[in-house]
Amino acid sequence: MVEFILNDQTVRTRKPASMTLLDFIRYEQHLSGTKIGCREGDCGACTVLIGKLNDERIHYESMTSCITPLGNAAGKHVVTIEGLNMVELTPVQQAMVDSGGTQCGFCTVGFVVSLSGYCLTAEHPTKEGAISAIDGNICRCTGYKSIENAAGDIAGQLSKKSQKEQTGWLIKKGFLPEYFSGIPKRLQKLRSYEIPENGQVMIGGGTDLYVQKHDELLDTEEVSLVFDKPDWNSIHREGSEIVLGAATTATDLMESEIMQQIFPDLHRHLKLVSSTQIRNMGTVAGNFVNASPIGDLTAFFIALNSTIVLTSPGGHQRQMLLKDLYKDYKELNTKPGEHLTQIRFPVPDDQTRFNFEKVSKRTYLDIASVNTAIQIRSAKGKIDDVHLSAGGVGPTPKYLSRTCDFMRDQALTPELLPQAHEIIQSEISPISDVRGSASYKRTLLRQLFYAHFAELYPEIFEDEIPA
Amino acid sequence: MKNIDSKGHVTGKSLYLDDIPVRQGTLYALPVDSPAAHGRIRVLDLTKAEQSEGIVRIFTHRDIPGENQIGGIIPDEPLLAEDEVHFQGQPVALIVGESEHACRRAREKVRIEIDEKPPITDPREAREKGELIVPPRTFQNGDSESAWDSCEYVFEGRADSNGQEHLYIETQGVYAWPAENGNIKIATSTQGPTAVQRTAAQVLGFGMHNVEVDVIRLGGGFGGKEDQATPWAVMVALAVHHLQKPVKMAMHRMDDMRMTGKRHPYSSDYKIGLDKNLKIVAYEATLHQNAGAAADLSPAVLERSLFHANNSYFIPNMKVTAYSCRTNLPPNTAFRGFGGPQGMFVIESAIAYAAYEIGVPKHRIQEQNLLKDGDEFHYGQIADQCQAVPAWTEAVESFRLNDLQEEVECFNRKYKLRKKGLAMQPVCFGISFTKTQMNNARALVHIYHDGTVGVSTGAVEMGQGVNTKLLQVAAYTLGIAPSRIRIDTTNTSRVANTSPTAASAGADLNGKALEKACIKLKQRLCEVAADQLGTDPKGITIENERIQVNGTPAELIWEQVVHEAFMNRVSLSEKAHYATPVIHFDKEKEKGHPFAYHVYGTAILMVTVDCLRGTYEFDSVKIVHDCGNSLSPMVDNGQIEGGLVQGMGWMTMEELDYDEQGRLRSNALSTYKIPDIYSVPKSVEVKHLETDGHELAIRKSKAVGEPPLMYGLGAYFAILDAVRAFNPNTTLRFDAPFTHEKVLMALYEGKEVEVKEEAAGSILNESSG
Repeated sequence: MVEFILNDQTVRTRKPASMTLLDFIRYEQHLSGTKIGCREGDCGACTVLIGKLNDERIHYESMTSCITPLGNAAGKHVVTIEGLNMVELTPVQQAMVDSGGTQCGFCTVGFVVSLSGYCLTAEHPTKEGAISAIDGNICRCTGYKSIENAAGDIAGQLSKKSQKEQTGWLIKKGFLPEYFSGIPKRLQKLRSYEIPENGQVMIGGGTDLYVQKHDELLDTEEVSLVFDKPDWNSIHREGSEIVLGAATTATDLMESEIMQQIFPDLHRHLKLVSSTQIRNMGTVAGNFVNASPIGDLTAFFIALNSTIVLTSPGGHQRQMLLKDLYKDYKELNTKPGEHLTQIRFPVPDDQTRFNFEKVSKRTYLDIASVNTAIQIRSAKGKIDDVHLSAGGVGPTPKYLSRTCDFMRDQALTPELLPQAHEIIQSEISPISDVRGSASYKRTLLRQLFYAHFAELYPEIFEDEIPA
Repeated sequence: MKNIDSKGHVTGKSLYLDDIPVRQGTLYALPVDSPAAHGRIRVLDLTKAEQSEGIVRIFTHRDIPGENQIGGIIPDEPLLAEDEVHFQGQPVALIVGESEHACRRAREKVRIEIDEKPPITDPREAREKGELIVPPRTFQNGDSESAWDSCEYVFEGRADSNGQEHLYIETQGVYAWPAENGNIKIATSTQGPTAVQRTAAQVLGFGMHNVEVDVIRLGGGFGGKEDQATPWAVMVALAVHHLQKPVKMAMHRMDDMRMTGKRHPYSSDYKIGLDKNLKIVAYEATLHQNAGAAADLSPAVLERSLFHANNSYFIPNMKVTAYSCRTNLPPNTAFRGFGGPQGMFVIESAIAYAAYEIGVPKHRIQEQNLLKDGDEFHYGQIADQCQAVPAWTEAVESFRLNDLQEEVECFNRKYKLRKKGLAMQPVCFGISFTKTQMNNARALVHIYHDGTVGVSTGAVEMGQGVNTKLLQVAAYTLGIAPSRIRIDTTNTSRVANTSPTAASAGADLNGKALEKACIKLKQRLCEVAADQLGTDPKGITIENERIQVNGTPAELIWEQVVHEAFMNRVSLSEKAHYATPVIHFDKEKEKGHPFAYHVYGTAILMVTVDCLRGTYEFDSVKIVHDCGNSLSPMVDNGQIEGGLVQGMGWMTMEELDYDEQGRLRSNALSTYKIPDIYSVPKSVEVKHLETDGHELAIRKSKAVGEPPLMYGLGAYFAILDAVRAFNPNTTLRFDAPFTHEKVLMALYEGKEVEVKEEAAGSILNESSG
């Protein structure tokens, strides 16, 4: 039995937990405001808000319901457009009307829901922030400028929002229907829901599995849902290491103070990873075990010299360097039944710098043609230690070990780069595919390798990048 | 006026195909398509699929009672393949079952074996092998052959533009059910309800009167649902006919992308000659249109490429020949601009090439050659009320082109690894279906006896705001509040024999018909009012819902007159027919007056290229556009901005990728990228050119759907400008789209990392990130 609150209605269903939330909303509950555009999380037409109780407050996040398992809604508040509609238009709806932000209308609800989610969560509302909230919503008609104006209008209205009594303020100003105020108490009373955890197929956020195996999953009655497993999404420090739960999402990383302190450019880097909705859903471990050669978080964490913790069904744990997880294309060095339960990486010191680069056909909400990350420690003009990763240049995410070995203990000078680059080329084996020709990927990795240094050591490299 | 649908859209209450409440007993349909692009079907084994859970029946061409033929212009396309398949994604059978999921699982069990033949994907190869959809056509004026000698400069080159996926966010869909006496009612997401009706009747062996087609609205069309909505509707109608149950199909994105045609890729050769004042003396081009495996609308698209081969320029000696080449891609089809953009890309490439070779800014050549009143187009029409120069001048002056150029030069001097580029993009686009006989429409207006009004026309609402404009026309003409009027669904039983909503002409044609019907009704009501008031009908008008006598408000309001008319048995319904006057075209001579009028405008685009990473961002696009006397500036600006961005997408990131076997590799939103909110220009400014508008435009508000798309062409040339600022020696290639890959390779031409041998295989369909 999956039990949750859908808009103002408590829902109890025996539908399979692996069914998509979208199908449940549209075809079981007959709420047709949520649209189907792509069924792979890439258009945002099916965006809903999912609110999870945290102490006494609810934290809402936008998610694409097309790749959300129904079971991940258990115990939560799911909001569709029908749950936002009132007699009068909400300020978000009104802003979209006034700005001409809707033409054919098919994507519109997704934009309204994403923007409404921003209203619920924004602490310091800005136009930029409101636009960021709709970075996973695609519109083919408007060219977006009118929607940007609507976002700016909303941000302006939100600047008066009370931080203490957010929900109350939003209800008073007509952003939300009255019933939102009662949801926390109602969620607290939902205690009978079960989260299945004995199935063979383990699902986290669903962002990859539902793209790859949509039809198979619908026929999989027994699944194991780990997205909401207690302690699986915490980020904390243990001595000289940072420890992440397997179900930590990209958004969790982005919003973590611990991570922000270590990585000043974290927001800019993670903004390159898919969209708000997908970052709210996709988990770190999911990104790793999916084993895509171009997983962004994989490249990111390999360069941090991360270790993963694998747990067997019997509870036995062992550790492995993340870079050693990959055997071949989509093949892992794991034993049957083992699961990735934790990620650990050493806290870098003051002399250490980190950078992440990614180029794709479209800068945001796209899969990399090539991505790469570097962590480099230098003192007195010499490289003490370096870890360099690259994605999209071979069958697995690559740790460029020979290049790292070569660079270690070398002087950090412009002359070093072309030499190191030659070794990079000998370590990679990109193929031509829809994301670019092999020659492009090789050339691009060279450029991104140089970009690391232009970003991290502008004082040395800015004018010395070989052109 | 705002889009009248916007409240329904923001509340999710607007109904699309997949939102129609499902009737009891509804079955679901799913096409089985060819896995190979070319070959003979050796085995089609449906046994296991038929035995799959929840499957009711699987249809093949053998189940077609009428003709297995859906070709619109040329009868060359079967609904379901018989022996041969000609493109990957070609429908072979139709599975019908109790759920969509059951059908999808069953489809995995279909065994289809094909004796493959080598596919053709390149239109030039098709031409060499004589694979032409129709004989080539040539438009010409003057005498280009003898003009070359008088040219100071002559250049030759090649220009390629790739196709474009429509990517309407609502996929193709249809829901049909049996009506009485064997008739069928089809609700579908199409721009062409009559095409669906006609084709369904033909395939089922019915009369058209047996098929009713109803369209509520489309979640985007862009041409992709003009002809290509038809096969799915007809397949589903076939299933309804046999099973006598409601049947529905709402396509999954990958099926839609794989099975439907797109904007035509073109591969062209050009030759351009200029005099020393940079006047274009002569222009010749050969266009190879990649039509795909069947005609679809390709001949008509080809024709518009020829019409717009000169874009906004007067060229005294011109000869353009176009070939519609049959290949093994899905039949390519209408897409906003309809061949116009492809033809224009060639002349713009030729001008750019000449400019770089001569060493002058491209816009100097553009400016020198803009059309003026009295100039004769190569197809014989005389430019009239021509706004090419006013639009250009207004753009240069109000957006301060000189300052923008200086900004670019300063920036490029200052930064080594970032370069800016600038492009001017004039547009001239003819309004009317180029097939003269299609330029007609009808409207049906009912005034209900409570004073409210129902309007039906042949126009389909797909986001372009045609219903908003129609409502304005009716309200204005009748002199009543818009809130009294409802624009009904587009339905073949109410308005028959319609042209598709296409060619930017929907509001003009249907609006003019509606205006006529409203005028007739209004005259009739004025007579009733005159009777009531005991005065001469000539002095009666209706304004703001009140009767006016010689301009003075009378004590008589709209509702009273309507009621009086009803009580006196006066008809409150009217229909009207409109056919665009003036237009004609002689295909023998390839001369005539095919367009009611032209739409003009000029855009200035500025881009910044990151020369380290080979990526780019557009700083701004500034547009002066000729809307005439805009009925709805908000609707029109939406079309201008949306068209611009769609055109820019085609020129930049949207890359259709068919492999050598003719299989679509860019088959999902994860592999085919359209602009997102961050990839549009940081600022877009739109200024309307102040003109009187054109008599043949509805209420002098000019058609706006397609022309702005072609501002997007400037994106290619702005990027090229920036790339050349970084690497002046890079080869001048005109091969759109200008993807990040092509930018990087052009920036580092000669310094790219070469690959000698490559591992085989490909990686597809990863999730984002």
